[in-house]
Amino acid sequence: MATRFQFENSCEVGVFSKLTNAYCLVAIGGSENFYSAFESELADVIPVVKTSIAGTRIIGRLCAGNKNGLLVPHNTTDQELQHLRNSLPDQVVVQRIEEKLSALGNCIACNDHVALTHTDLDKETEEIIADVLGVEVFRQTIAGNILVGSYCALSNRGGLVHPHTSIEDLDELSTLLQVPLVAGTINRGSEVIAAGMTVNDWTAFCGSDTTATELSVIESVFKLREAQPTAIVEEMRKSLIDSYV
Amino acid sequence: MSANMFLITRTQGTILCCKCRILMAPNPANMCVTCLRSEVDITEGLRKNVTIVHCPECDSYLKPPRTWLKAQLESKELLTYCVKRLETDLKKVRLVNAEFIWTEPHSKRVKVKLKVQKEVLNGVILEQSYVVEYVQQDQMCESCTRFQANPDQWVASVQLRQRVLHRRTFFYLEQVLLKHDAAAHAIKIKQRDQGIDFFFGNKSHALKFVGFLGEVSPTDKSKRSERLVSHDTKNNTYNYKYTFSVEISPICREDLICLPPRVAVSLGNLGPLVICTKVTNNITLLDPFTLRQCFLDKDQYWRYPFKSLLSSRQLVEYDVFNVEIVSPEYNVDSFKYVIADVEVARVTDYGKLFYVRTHLGHILKPGDRALGYDLYGVNLNDDDVDKYRDFILPEVILMKKSYEEKPHRKRGKPRPWKLKSLNIELDESRGRSNVEKMNVEYEEFLRDLEENPELRFNLSLYHNEDYQPSEMASDGEGVPFVPLEELFADLELTEEEYEEDGMEE
Repeated sequence: MATRFQFENSCEVGVFSKLTNAYCLVAIGGSENFYSAFESELADVIPVVKTSIAGTRIIGRLCAGNKNGLLVPHNTTDQELQHLRNSLPDQVVVQRIEEKLSALGNCIACNDHVALTHTDLDKETEEIIADVLGVEVFRQTIAGNILVGSYCALSNRGGLVHPHTSIEDLDELSTLLQVPLVAGTINRGSEVIAAGMTVNDWTAFCGSDTTATELSVIESVFKLREAQPTAIVEEMRKSLIDSYV
Repeated sequence: MSANMFLITRTQGTILCCKCRILMAPNPANMCVTCLRSEVDITEGLRKNVTIVHCPECDSYLKPPRTWLKAQLESKELLTYCVKRLETDLKKVRLVNAEFIWTEPHSKRVKVKLKVQKEVLNGVILEQSYVVEYVQQDQMCESCTRFQANPDQWVASVQLRQRVLHRRTFFYLEQVLLKHDAAAHAIKIKQRDQGIDFFFGNKSHALKFVGFLGEVSPTDKSKRSERLVSHDTKNNTYNYKYTFSVEISPICREDLICLPPRVAVSLGNLGPLVICTKVTNNITLLDPFTLRQCFLDKDQYWRYPFKSLLSSRQLVEYDVFNVEIVSPEYNVDSFKYVIADVEVARVTDYGKLFYVRTHLGHILKPGDRALGYDLYGVNLNDDDVDKYRDFILPEVILMKKSYEEKPHRKRGKPRPWKLKSLNIELDESRGRSNVEKMNVEYEEFLRDLEENPELRFNLSLYHNEDYQPSEMASDGEGVPFVPLEELFADLELTEEEYEEDGMEE
């Protein structure tokens, strides 16, 4: 189910939250509405954790993670790191990375099996990602942009990429990621997909400017309509390209 | 390093418009054009209704504050004018196209469709066309008002004078003015004794006309006088009437001149008797005995002006009996002259034979008739001639060969060419006899044109459709005529069908 809401009058909800299959991180905001929107959807299933990273609220763009682990940048304070270790489930490994590119959320797009990274990421970082998150790492660009984490939102069931991605690129990415991909927009024509929304296998949260068309695209590519939170089954990996004819 | 790189073809995919869900190619706004147009209107804030002022008399439009622009309906000038009136609006957007939408001519509305482009949202350039309606308000322009009040009103006049007894120069000038369209701004042209008056509505037109006259004829520095017509005390503006007085030098073609000693010395001791061969804005003088040619600039002439001794009215007919060539052929300014000693006698008085030297040896043969100045019989009272002590006047100076053999050669014989004429008002007060004299002079002028190709150089001749070639056999050898190539001024080219041959792909 896709929900539309705002964080302090901004539609860029993907900046202030991080959603995975095992947990949800939320920024410390002015009003409790943001927090309660997540709570109402996810409270029974996964923990919703309020946090800050490096003293900022833009946690969605600074950290990257999936159900296996969470990677935070080098400027995360020790208290925040400890808070995260305490609040998240035990099987989630929280790791701080020494990496020049500290906005990990912008540089890494990942689901539970595969990750796309910024082309200039360190070799060590790549190894840590593969190790901590348990994924296969591919260095890629999306529509010529190297910030793959910003321009693509990924879940285990599908992905939404930058609207200007060419068909050949879609083919290639889809083959790598083994999920259906579609090029589309969020928040009334905005191209920065991952900043405008956050998604996991059964639910998605979008900015309030998202039009009905965009919402329907999201619901169909991420297969949210028939998803049940408790029935996350392993599906056959297939490579499909979705296009609307 | 391979020369041919492996280039990946990138085909643009399609996305759904975020508002209306139709398939479209992605653009910076990611919305289809219709949704974008419904969101943003780039013509907001641009004027759709403008008033323009039009003068119905002269069909011109006001460019504030004062200039009036003449333009037809649905013309390029009117389109430029209409777009210029919207200049402040069009600074905000970029104009791509402008065209007229047809409206009834008497509806007093002009409609222009403008296509504009503007950048909206995040980098999308939107193009939209809109219609601007111009309401035409009628108001008479100042010059039409002034003209209506008093049609004879002129602001500047040019009085052109030449102190000679014939009007050849003015016939020639009339043709030159027609060819160059110089008198187009003249309100009225009036013929006067020894000259012509031109009236203009604008001082600058008159000045330009005076300048033009200076280019084509040897005029002096014009004199100018003003007369106050009205004075607006509140605005301190003054209206004047200007009059320019221009005088043309009295030296004409084929005049015999005795140069005053000062001028002769300044020209390098040119023999005091000279013939004037050509008058444009320079005067060309030829010494018939030494075949030396000199040019007198009009400034030079007017510094020390002199009069001619004898003019072409005083030419007398001579019969040539004998010609002895004395010198070889000289080429003076593209004309050939040969000095010869001839034996001539006046046609009216065969009793006296003269042996004289002439420069026309190249065309005279025994039995020919020539025109010349009879210095033997004439009574001169020129101061300049008296100044030369040791100078002996020749008895005859021959000027040109005469082709008038046939006595029954009709006056007003039809010619294959004709001339146009300016709209000159005649001076009524002078009487009938003048008209007859003018006709005779005009006939001589036309004959002059026929004989001298260099005179025709600055004029336009037109083909005479009424001309039938006469049944008479050839008029005699050497009669000058105007070749057909010079009659092209009025030529209309019509499209004829012909095969496009010779053009291959």
